[in-house]
Amino acid sequence: MGRRVAIVGVGQTYHKSHRPDVTSREMIREAVTAALADAELTIRDIDAIVIGNMDHFESINYVDTYSVEGSGGVMKPIMKVSTGGTTGATVAIAAYYHVASGLFDRVLAIGFEKNSESDTTGAIITCSDAIWDRFSYSGAIPSLATEATAYMEKYGATQEDAAIIGERDRNNALNNPFAHLRRPLTVADIMASPMLAYPIKLGDICPRSDGACACVLAADGVAQKIARKPAWFKAAAVRHTYTWFGDSTDYNKGLVSMQRASKDAYQQAGITKPAEEIDVAELYLPYTWAGLKWIEDIGFCGPGEGVRFVRDGNTHMGGKIPVNPSGGVISTNCIGATAMLRVAEAAIQVMGRGGKRQVPDVKNALATGFGGCFWSDVVILSTERP
Amino acid sequence: MAHQVESERLVSVFAYPMPYEWSIGLYGSKFFQEIKQNRRFVGIRCNGCGKVYVPPRRVCGPCFQELAELVALSDTGVITAFSVVNYPFIDPNTGARRPIPYTYGYIKLDGADNIFSHIINETDLSKIKVGMKVRAIFKDTAEMQGNIQDIKYFDIVA
Repeated sequence: MGRRVAIVGVGQTYHKSHRPDVTSREMIREAVTAALADAELTIRDIDAIVIGNMDHFESINYVDTYSVEGSGGVMKPIMKVSTGGTTGATVAIAAYYHVASGLFDRVLAIGFEKNSESDTTGAIITCSDAIWDRFSYSGAIPSLATEATAYMEKYGATQEDAAIIGERDRNNALNNPFAHLRRPLTVADIMASPMLAYPIKLGDICPRSDGACACVLAADGVAQKIARKPAWFKAAAVRHTYTWFGDSTDYNKGLVSMQRASKDAYQQAGITKPAEEIDVAELYLPYTWAGLKWIEDIGFCGPGEGVRFVRDGNTHMGGKIPVNPSGGVISTNCIGATAMLRVAEAAIQVMGRGGKRQVPDVKNALATGFGGCFWSDVVILSTERP
Repeated sequence: MAHQVESERLVSVFAYPMPYEWSIGLYGSKFFQEIKQNRRFVGIRCNGCGKVYVPPRRVCGPCFQELAELVALSDTGVITAFSVVNYPFIDPNTGARRPIPYTYGYIKLDGADNIFSHIINETDLSKIKVGMKVRAIFKDTAEMQGNIQDIKYFDIVA
């Protein structure tokens, strides 16, 4: 059993499609400065740093060293962790491991991306297997679309059902001053948007954003002195499978990595009825169908029940388990930071600092990361010291 | 390195090819040789869990043990999922725009237990459905190069 660990400060940049005004280092520094200010600490208080972004995106090989002027990591223990779309969550979990180990009291976790610095689709294609997949693969959209076609065939879900997720998340983004896309989008708007890869339309898919996010994690005994209401780690689970699509997709079984990671997380947290015991969720939903299907895999409802669960308002603000008060990935997607934003936003909810996007009386908040060929991370944060 | 002026701030541009050579491995090589010689697929069975993988590889991930039992398969399979790609993008394999629309498909090859991804030769949404049977269409043998494009695409047969 490791030490108890809490998030005691979070910081994020504003998000835009293009930040030519700053280098990645400078953008990272904005998030780090905000996180340190939130925790009322200085960089001298930080014992170690974990940082990550997407391999290939900015063509920076060693972001740990590249970024030291931005991260504050000059001559500190600093490591890079890069796991595709899950990167931000994996970085947060690696920072959690650092503190839980007993070796470091205060650790900074950082995720960032400047999607504008390369062709995102081209960069994502290079994530796929060079011998077997790269020839037919065309980036994130069609691989997600295959999941949607399988789900529609199996349960009869419609494109309108999926569009509700986009409408929900984009509407929530209006309450988040940091969100990238802050214009409402209706089901009708989504249905009328151009078809990118059947059945995914422009309104169904996440944008490309520039941005960075940082979290300060602290050990039991230290955390209480920093934050009035620390967001305690109750669980952290990582399930990463294959990079070859043929091995990682079994649509009869569902998103197996998410099923396994959430089951592990619930066991760690002592949660037996997720939809009853979790008060808010920040889910890495890169496209609308995920908001129907993955809530089944994560156990908020049973297989095939996603459409009904969402249509009954359970995942909207004011519902049983609000999903993505921040506006989620469909509103903001700086990929290496995207999964950390889920963890940071869950921490914000637990700490009660969400402003207009705050869900009342949050005790337990769940965050997920999703990556590449269908792998998953799950984090559960709580007001309750475990 | 070229430089573009964007207001008073400059942008550094890199736009040159970077070549790589990737090993295909023994069994991966056999996969392409089987296509060239017999115009069919070959998979590999795990003696631990019984799963047949295609394309064949040396290790079963879950069992973490070496595989050796090659299994001859046919050239047919079933569509488990698909998407019609309809947006323009630059293909990092070629540096040129990939022709669209085309249909990206996940296919369960007959006799295999995992999924094979490739292109399906049908972009009309009214003519393609999950569960349809498909057959691989190979290049002429003389044109084969021992890579994934030795399979031209899959045709819907039922």
